[in-house]
Amino acid sequence: MFKKYGTFSKVAKLLSLNIALALIAATLVLPFTWMILASVKTLEEIGLDSWLPRIFQWNNYADVFNVKGIMFGRWYWNSIFVASWVTFLQVFTSSLAAFSFSRLKWKGRDKVFLMYLGTMMLPGLVMMIPNYQNMIRFGLINTYPGLILPAAFSAFGTFLMRQFMMNIPHSLDEAAEIDGASKWELYWNVILPLSRPAIVTLTIFSFMGNYNSMFWPLVMMKSPDKYTLPIGMLAFDSSQGQQTNLLMAAVAMSVIPMILIFVLMQKQLVKGIMLGGVKG
Amino acid sequence: MAEVILKNICKIYDGGVLAVNNVNLHIRDREFMVLVGPSGCGKSTTLRMVAGLEEITSGQIKIGERVINDVPPKDRDIAMVFQNYALYPHMTVYDNMAFGLKLRKFKKADIDKRVREAADILGIHEYLHRRPKALSGGQRQRVAVGRAIVRKPEAFLFDEPLSNLDAKMRVQMRAEISKLHTQLETTMIYVTHDQIEAMTMGDRICVMKDGLIQQVDDPLTLYDNPANAFVAGFIGTPPMNFFRGMIIARDGKLVFHEETMEIPLLDEWKEKLEPYIDKKIIFGARPEDIGSEQAEKEPNSPKIKAQIEVAEPMGSETYLYLSTGTQSFIARVEAHKKARVGDKIELSIYLPKAHIFDSNTEKLIV
Repeated sequence: MFKKYGTFSKVAKLLSLNIALALIAATLVLPFTWMILASVKTLEEIGLDSWLPRIFQWNNYADVFNVKGIMFGRWYWNSIFVASWVTFLQVFTSSLAAFSFSRLKWKGRDKVFLMYLGTMMLPGLVMMIPNYQNMIRFGLINTYPGLILPAAFSAFGTFLMRQFMMNIPHSLDEAAEIDGASKWELYWNVILPLSRPAIVTLTIFSFMGNYNSMFWPLVMMKSPDKYTLPIGMLAFDSSQGQQTNLLMAAVAMSVIPMILIFVLMQKQLVKGIMLGGVKG
Repeated sequence: MAEVILKNICKIYDGGVLAVNNVNLHIRDREFMVLVGPSGCGKSTTLRMVAGLEEITSGQIKIGERVINDVPPKDRDIAMVFQNYALYPHMTVYDNMAFGLKLRKFKKADIDKRVREAADILGIHEYLHRRPKALSGGQRQRVAVGRAIVRKPEAFLFDEPLSNLDAKMRVQMRAEISKLHTQLETTMIYVTHDQIEAMTMGDRICVMKDGLIQQVDDPLTLYDNPANAFVAGFIGTPPMNFFRGMIIARDGKLVFHEETMEIPLLDEWKEKLEPYIDKKIIFGARPEDIGSEQAEKEPNSPKIKAQIEVAEPMGSETYLYLSTGTQSFIARVEAHKKARVGDKIELSIYLPKAHIFDSNTEKLIV
């Protein structure tokens, strides 16, 4: 029976590898499974030993939307709205900056880029107070732009995009220049479409980072109708006492956009592009 | 359609490297001009200056009546084909060819007409909706040429377009580009390091070395009357043989003298060679003028004795790599000539086609 896979030792190796992988997969999946199961339990059942609920409480999912003091739908929308804007702006500004750092020639370009990279060394919390002061100055406290603007620029994103763009052959720029393209047209029609794998990567990072962002929204947003999901969901543990089952239902629903983004983008990632237009 | 005139063109790179040194070149209207030379000779830089991809340090370039020194590439009315094709990988063949026209705000119907015309000329109709990665090297290069054709520019620039193709494809594309030149009747400037491409395609060839033009002439003139030893050695395969030695006068005749050989020279060269008596010179003879039928028939042909080191039968002819003891050279002899490695043979040199170069300047004397 081992013939198909080779000798006994090979089979043993394969088997142990698979068991190890299954264990790792299980440690990743188990908390998720617990969350899903807890989300369909009654509150009393949560602390019990049994993982499975006696009766599946699917109505927990509907109840999330009806708890007093919890504007789940609104926060859901806020989160998606803010994360989408941040992602869009970050990809746009990062790619534009990366285009300049990789394709345009100007004096001191690489030094400026190094300084730009240097900002990555600063911990985010250090930026918090100056950012907050700026937001007060611009009158953006408790507004969506106040959440979106500080996150619209990313040194990491610029770095990621620049490294990718550096690998796009320069003869394409020259061909486009002779074809009559302006720098903007070169960026928009040639470099940006070719940077799709980097854009997809940055989109995933950026969306997930901002969708899960907790601290800055907590500092910025004062009125409950402007909360995003991470702050909003704290309320499950405070305003009405602990409602872990509803919290789990809310969390389960909140991860849907991220899973969707990942599934959709992964396809793009795999599809990728081959730079088949040049020698090869 | 226009002439391209380069006047005192220099290019000095940031590090102070002089890449192109005072180049003067007049490329005639509808001419196929080939710039050829070893790598680093400045041929590509010269072409890129015509294209506007490199700034000109000094001098003037004119296309037609227009001085284009400060005109951006897109307004120079030129099209360029790159060595690595430089097709946009994310666009279909059709879009690759249409891109330049779209940017120039051509009407859709007009773009479609031009792209299809070009596709017909190049035989790439069936690939129009494919992406470049789904094409072979030859097909990609055809698309790159197509992208140039649709614009109907005043001049086409080719930067080593065939270097990435395999030998067979290269020969085929060579003929196709030559055909295209006849068909389109446009000025073409073609850069290559391959002297066979230069010889077979160019109306005229400009040979460059170290940023300097060595000679500009039609292919056969270049071959028969090279201006200096560099051109003589660069054009032709196998290259011209050079023998370094002296000219001495003996019994009223001039003789090329070297340790292992003596070649009596033609009387008609006497006047030009007299200043070189007892001086070092370079004697040059092409492989086909040593041991050839023509040389052997000529009763007064001088002979050299040499040992065969390698024999390369090509089918139609045989290349013999020979050594006189101090000098190595190649002879191109008849295919079935009896020649074994190690044999000592005597070969005639056909003098009327031989050349003599100044040993210091390497310039042609006769």
